Amino acid sequence: MMSQENEGQAAGQQANVWPLWEVFVRSSRGLSHVHAGSLHAPDAEMALRNARDLYTRRNEGVSIWVVPSEAIMASDPDAKGSFFESPQGKDYRHATYYTKSEGVKHL
Amino acid sequence: MNAPTPAHADHSLDSFGDAAASATRVTPGNALRPEDIAIQTVRPSEDVAQYALRLGDDSLILAQRLGHWISRGPEIEEDIALGNIALDLLGHARSFLTYAGHAWGKTEDDLAYWREEDEFRSAWIFEQPNGDFGVTIARQLVVAIYQRLLYSRLVESADSTIAAIAAKALKEVDYHRDHAIQWTLRLGDGTDESHRRMQAAIELMWPYVDELFDDDELTERVGDAGVRPSTLRGEFDAEIRAVLDEATLALPAVPRASGGGRRGEHTEHLGYLLAEMQVLARKHPGATW
Repeated sequence: MMSQENEGQAAGQQANVWPLWEVFVRSSRGLSHVHAGSLHAPDAEMALRNARDLYTRRNEGVSIWVVPSEAIMASDPDAKGSFFESPQGKDYRHATYYTKSEGVKHL
Repeated sequence: MNAPTPAHADHSLDSFGDAAASATRVTPGNALRPEDIAIQTVRPSEDVAQYALRLGDDSLILAQRLGHWISRGPEIEEDIALGNIALDLLGHARSFLTYAGHAWGKTEDDLAYWREEDEFRSAWIFEQPNGDFGVTIARQLVVAIYQRLLYSRLVESADSTIAAIAAKALKEVDYHRDHAIQWTLRLGDGTDESHRRMQAAIELMWPYVDELFDDDELTERVGDAGVRPSTLRGEFDAEIRAVLDEATLALPAVPRASGGGRRGEHTEHLGYLLAEMQVLARKHPGATW
C-alpha cells in the first residue's frame, strides 16, 4: 500500500516519524475550508481519517482537506516589513479615500 | 439507510445557532442517548432484555480493552483513533445496558459494575487481550465487520428501541470497520515483519469468530426483535475474505474455540479485565466523578 504520496515523504520516514499534514475543515455548506491544525499520518488516506478523529469529534465539519505540510510555502516572518507594510499610508487604495460623486446614489 | 426515527430524540440541545466561520464550531447534534432511554416508559420483555444485555456486554468489554491503548498507541493520532472507537462502543453499551436494565429495575452502572464474571454475556473475542497493534487490528476487523452487518439488520428490529440504538451505532461501526480495513491493508501488504505479525494476529483471533454466529434458544425466542446470528455468516465470510485477499493475507484454517460467553462461561482473561474495570465503583459505592 505504499502510495506515491508516501514516497514523497521519504525524509519523514527515514527518521521513523510519520510525516506532518495540515488540516483544513469546512464547518458547513457555503463556507470555505479553514485551517484547523496539523497531525502526523503515514499517508494521505490515514491523514484524512486522523483529521476526522482529531478535529470533527464535536460536529465541527462537513468536509476536510489534508495537505502535506512540506507542500506549503510560507512567507518569511523576517520579511514582514517589505512584504506587508508597504501598503501603509496608501489610503488611496481604499474605496473610502474617494469622495462620492454627486448624483451617484446607492454606492 | 432506512433507520427509524428515535422515538425519544432530544432536540433541546440543537440550538447552537447558524454556521459561524470557525473550523472548531461545536454542536451537540441529535441522536438517541442513554439518558433518553432511561426515562422512557417502555420496558423490554425478559427475552429482549437478555438479548440487549449480550449486545451491551460485547461493546462494553471491547471498549474497556481498547481504552487500554490510550497513551500506548504507535502515534498519538492512533491513540486518539482507538480511544474514539472505544468511546463509541461505550456509548452503544450504555444504551443497550440501560434498556436491558429497564426490565429488572437496574441502571447501566448496576449492570456494568456489580455483576460477576459469570453474569456477563459477551462473546469470547471481545475479552481477548490486545496483544500487539496487529492483534488489536485483527480483533477490530472481525468485530467491526460483524457488528456492522448485525446493526444494519437490527435497524429493522421489531423492538423500536433496539432499532433506534442500532441506527445510531451503525454509522459509528461503519467507521470502525473502515479504520480496521485501512490498517489491515497497510500491515498485511506492508513490510515482511508487518505481514508476518498481521497473519499471526488473524490466526490468533480466528478461533473466536464462529461463536459470534452461533444461534441458540434466546436468538430464536426474540424473533424479529433480534437477528439470527447464523444468517450473517455468509456476508461476513465474503467481506473478510475480500479484505484479507487484498491485504495478501491467508484465511486461517484453525479449529474454533468452544465459546460459551452467551452462557456466562468465559476465558481466563475476563476476570482480570472486570477486576480493573469494576474496582473503583466497588471500592467507593455510589461515588460520582
